Amino acid sequence: MSNINKINRIHIKDGHLIDPANGIDEVIDIWIADGKVQAVGTAPDGFTADQIINAEQQIVCPGLIDLSARLREPGHEHKATIASETTAAASAGITSLVCPPDTKPVIDSPAIVELMHNKARQVGQARLHMLGALTSGLKGELISEMLSLKNAGVLGMSNANQPVQNSQTLRHAFEYAATHDLTVFIRPNEPSLSKSGCVHEGSVASRLGLPGIPEAAETVAVARELELIAQTGVRAHFSQLSTARAAEMIGRARHDGLKITADVAVHHLYLSEIDIREYDSACHLIPPLRSQRDRDGLRDALKRGVINAICSDHQPHEPDAKQAPFPDTAPGLSGLDTLLPLVKRLADEKLLTLSEIIACVTSTPASILGLEQGQLSVGASADICIFDPNMSWFVSADTMNSRGHNTPFMGWEMHGRATNTLVNGQLVFTAIHD
Amino acid sequence: MSPVDTQAQPSQPVKLRPGNIQLDPQGKLRHFLAIEGLPKAVLTKILDAAESFTTAHEHREKKIELLKGHTIANLFFEPSTRTRTTFELAAKRLSADVLNINISASSSSKGETLLDMLRNLEAMHVDMFVVRHGSSGAAHFIAKNVPPHVSVLNAGDGSHEHPTQAMLDMFTIRQHKPDFPSLRVAIVGDIMHSRVARSQIHALNTLGVGELRVIAPQTLLPAGIEKMGVQVYQNIDEGIKDVDVIIMLRLQRERMHSAFIPSEHEYFSLYGMTETRLALAKPDVIIMHPGPINRGVEMDSAVADGSHSVILQQVSNGIAVRMAAMALAMRNPDGSSAS
Repeated sequence: MSNINKINRIHIKDGHLIDPANGIDEVIDIWIADGKVQAVGTAPDGFTADQIINAEQQIVCPGLIDLSARLREPGHEHKATIASETTAAASAGITSLVCPPDTKPVIDSPAIVELMHNKARQVGQARLHMLGALTSGLKGELISEMLSLKNAGVLGMSNANQPVQNSQTLRHAFEYAATHDLTVFIRPNEPSLSKSGCVHEGSVASRLGLPGIPEAAETVAVARELELIAQTGVRAHFSQLSTARAAEMIGRARHDGLKITADVAVHHLYLSEIDIREYDSACHLIPPLRSQRDRDGLRDALKRGVINAICSDHQPHEPDAKQAPFPDTAPGLSGLDTLLPLVKRLADEKLLTLSEIIACVTSTPASILGLEQGQLSVGASADICIFDPNMSWFVSADTMNSRGHNTPFMGWEMHGRATNTLVNGQLVFTAIHD
Repeated sequence: MSPVDTQAQPSQPVKLRPGNIQLDPQGKLRHFLAIEGLPKAVLTKILDAAESFTTAHEHREKKIELLKGHTIANLFFEPSTRTRTTFELAAKRLSADVLNINISASSSSKGETLLDMLRNLEAMHVDMFVVRHGSSGAAHFIAKNVPPHVSVLNAGDGSHEHPTQAMLDMFTIRQHKPDFPSLRVAIVGDIMHSRVARSQIHALNTLGVGELRVIAPQTLLPAGIEKMGVQVYQNIDEGIKDVDVIIMLRLQRERMHSAFIPSEHEYFSLYGMTETRLALAKPDVIIMHPGPINRGVEMDSAVADGSHSVILQQVSNGIAVRMAAMALAMRNPDGSSAS
């Protein structure tokens, strides 16, 4: 934790290093000093470690970079805080979090960016990055002061879950972002189609009498956005795809030469509308859990590289927010604690190799965000996750570190858990062994 | 003899369904939230109990002391006069104490959560909640959060289910045409938004109806409806050909404003029930409607008031069926079945 005495020189010994960006996938040591990777494989001359971490039987990889995590601060501190969630992230091997701009107040001015950075500097256990609001107040009317936001440190622009309805405004926002070399992050949704829906439109919604969100709510938005991306030349990233068809559209557009990337929230690779069963409000998610065909299609898109990255789409809630009839509950799940084991399980299930799947949460999100992290070259920031791939644990209120316990994975057995996490060469988390 | 014979065994053994919130470990009705998930034996038991109450009523035994000392709270989050009244009458005929609570949107916006409200009512020793709520799943939510001696009856949740309405419809059908496997039934109208239709579909399929059709324009059909065991028709003249029972659904006026249908006039010309259309069905067809009827939108007055109409019988059967559901679901203070 933060009160650990500054240890500058660390030797991570006998761990299986997986560093996808450098093509390393073998048992090899790594030496860290002054926040940076000093050497990989061969000890630097005269290196004396302040601490040796024995990583035998463990995986050593770049710290995870989560492309979408709501920390609830500022504005909803009764749900969670920067302190609580960056601590939870560190304990789950996540070293960088990207916060969408729909905080309260909205991240649409340099002052808010500064406020959050300051808070994170004081209490943060993981790096906090932000996306700035694409339009002022996320209202979809005026484009935001993107250059000021960029100078204040935001990594991209997004209108979060509030789609810009006016296509001309969106076009101007894309043009402006392109001018300033900013990536736009898009969670595709056509609101006139999603309306008050709370689950995927399909036989489960029909049976439960719940208002549905059709597949077209996502694909119609993707189609419009792709056209505007093509016209404006903006660099764009599609966030949290939920339908197989949207992934197909994005794959085709990239094949045609568009500069686009995409991610999926890890729960969409495991769950489907079926998991809602009898109104399980933990499965009230936006975008909604789709059909099993969509889930399989998203897995396939990830395998083929059409989807590049995986995020948690972390949205912690206080218990009351989920204690109501299903449509009246707050959407979202708490995902930091389960990101690493769920991602790793995709390798266990042979969807991709462990190295390929680790890239989806490290080097690939880093390159989407333009960060130097996500890889462990000599001289890189020592943001490192060390995890025991075989450690078995059950998801429960006791084993979760996020303040939000709202997860549809409650009670699941997970394999893999972080044992040590380093941010900038500092040990921010060490598991307490039995 | 008690109208609900606790000794009578159902025609088929009730299988224990682990995790079925609606049944107790003995397979008896515990909550009545939805038709879906209830075995045929339980539905038949409700119908048989309702029949015994109808007989009692005919013998002028207006009050039965079956639920004396029990308190039933009608918890209505949506305005309703007809349904609430029949639940109230049913409870009173069983000698229960009745508490009518109409929760307007304003009082729930005072910040009191639904759970807080339930805890308060439980503290007043309410034994049963009859719940109507605009959100689908509300009755399930309440049932999951009450202590073992409290039961929940769903009086309509969002677009999900309205099980007592479906059971009174089944009761009415059984009075006229008791052999369900030989029946061809058509449900006409706004299937998408109708909780009544969903309950009817499950009830008719559970009771083994021969053929079940739904007839509606594409805009008023929910996605994947065919997976619920129905044949879909968009043309009413084809859909009602040779049917034994026609159930018309109410068309909410607000559907016009959200572009589900162009106008009442066009809806009536395409889906309205007229005497000419009725002639396409079996000669002894019965026509039903959960009420209140929009005359000239769903059906002609000549049909609503005609010889095939059983609409008023549905209303009077509503009391007996709700008495049956209440009597069967009521619990003793130790959580055991009170019936």
